[in-house]
Amino acid sequence: MMKKRRLAKRHIEEGIFKAMMVFSFLLVAGSLGIILMTVIIKGLPALNLAMLTQTPKGGYYLGKEGGILNAIIGSLYLAGGATLLALLLSLPIALYLRSYVSSDRRADIVRLTMDVLWGIPSIVYGAFGFTLMLALGLRASLLGGIIALALLEMPIMTRAIDEVLRMMPVDLEQASFALGSTRLETALYVVIRQMLPGIVTAILLAFGRGIGDAASVLFTAGYTDRIPTSLLRPVASLPLAVFFQLGTPFPEVQRRAYASALVLTFIVLAVSLGSRWLAARLGKYAIK
Amino acid sequence: MPRRRLRDALAGKAFSWMAFLPLVIAVAMLFALLARSRPILESKSLWDLLAGQTWKPQQGEFGFYPFIIGTVWVTGVAMILAVPPCLLTAIYLAEYAQPAVRTVTKPLIDLLAAIPSVVYGVWGVVVIVPWVEDYIAPFMGKWLGSSIPLFAVNNPTGFSILAGGFVLAVMVAPFIIAVTYEVMHTVPEGMREASLAVGATRWQTIRYAVLPRARPGIIAGVVLGSSRALGETMAVLMVVGNVVKVPTSIFDPAYPLPALIANNYGEMLSIPLYDAALLGAALILLLIVLVFNIIATLVLRTVIRRSQ
Repeated sequence: MMKKRRLAKRHIEEGIFKAMMVFSFLLVAGSLGIILMTVIIKGLPALNLAMLTQTPKGGYYLGKEGGILNAIIGSLYLAGGATLLALLLSLPIALYLRSYVSSDRRADIVRLTMDVLWGIPSIVYGAFGFTLMLALGLRASLLGGIIALALLEMPIMTRAIDEVLRMMPVDLEQASFALGSTRLETALYVVIRQMLPGIVTAILLAFGRGIGDAASVLFTAGYTDRIPTSLLRPVASLPLAVFFQLGTPFPEVQRRAYASALVLTFIVLAVSLGSRWLAARLGKYAIK
Repeated sequence: MPRRRLRDALAGKAFSWMAFLPLVIAVAMLFALLARSRPILESKSLWDLLAGQTWKPQQGEFGFYPFIIGTVWVTGVAMILAVPPCLLTAIYLAEYAQPAVRTVTKPLIDLLAAIPSVVYGVWGVVVIVPWVEDYIAPFMGKWLGSSIPLFAVNNPTGFSILAGGFVLAVMVAPFIIAVTYEVMHTVPEGMREASLAVGATRWQTIRYAVLPRARPGIIAGVVLGSSRALGETMAVLMVVGNVVKVPTSIFDPAYPLPALIANNYGEMLSIPLYDAALLGAALILLLIVLVFNIIATLVLRTVIRRSQ
């Protein structure tokens, strides 16, 4: 009798915890749904063609005409430039970790530093970028923003590419060596080509992080109503457009903040989903 | 040496130099912030800075205490809200869920991680703040507020530590879930089978065989998550109220360190020592995060390596 009750009790415990788990799971999935719903419900009514195709006109921040084209273009410039710059650093480091590194210990240290850099808050990257700009005599500009964002994106991209390159089939690499290729040739013509889908995903992941980040460009890129014509001009960005517009006391302008948030979310989700699609397409160059 | 070999050797050299770059960046970051905040470190004692309660840049008073405590409160509330559901979700995904559920969930969690922090902030302002203001605060204040100071409602708005904690909890969720899930996977299948074979239920297996073994990794994941929460800027800044005061209740506003930096960068060059103080705040943040991250990453690495 006792035994039976004990056996029943453990199944009850199992049931309770399982229910809690399913509930937690739904809670997490539900919050994603609620966030997306909020942005769509609030943003969609305020979104119109003028918002996407015009820069702010006089009195825009009081509710007059204009749009956020400056911020959309600015964000693409910033994140595009930063991703390119980060790639120039990340790809060689990841290839080094894959093909060149002589000791595991050294590889470990590089990976550990990358992980630690990844965890540093973006506001600290912004503050660091700001000290760099003071040292170089730069003002808040597209270039400053690109540097700060590239620093932020670099560890994300390197670790992501590194993880991808670890999946590289060793026999393929060895076949290349056996044919007399050097490590560099193998890296450029075999490893990169074979792993292209994953590398593209990693690059787009970093781009997505870059375009959504506000704290690092706050100090370094400034904000302007114009589309920048040179690297040394200040530049607007979407996250800051959301932030500044939401901070005004005018409901009309706040509605535009919601619309800007929708545009930003759309870009980020499109990049995220697009990278999956692209990865699948680029897979045709890989040897199965 | 044939040109091909030369090129390979040169690339090898160049790449190995570039691999030092992350270390260089980390050290440069530390030194640049240290150098820029030196004026204030020299003119005030460390104790005055860290324990000082008054923040009046115009009068040259820079006490970081309210900001440090604000950061601790918001991060603490966020972790209390985030950790239980995240662990349960990760356990569910790792141990119970059908493969189909897992394949659907992975991209969902990636999406949650991909949402920019200002968008979380907008969500916080539109949904969480009014919710705290209209429902949670009146309810908790009525039942618990008079007896427990932690729940006292002295703040007429919903812009509060609790609102910041809610938003942060959702922001760090994908991170904690991903790490925990991965750590659970490092537990050898044989341990589960052994436990199930002697008649344990699934939950007993998880509780007595899987979790004890996964514990160090899970703790490391939670520490990493809280260091993310600690440095999160925009979303928190938008919902937390930003009042320079040492909070005593979760319904009080707070002013975390990242918000301090982000809100005042504009005027920092026009007041003496102000820039040093704000970059000093960034330095404090960097030091805390470095310590947290290095320890947690080392623990995680050992856990994952042991399983391979």
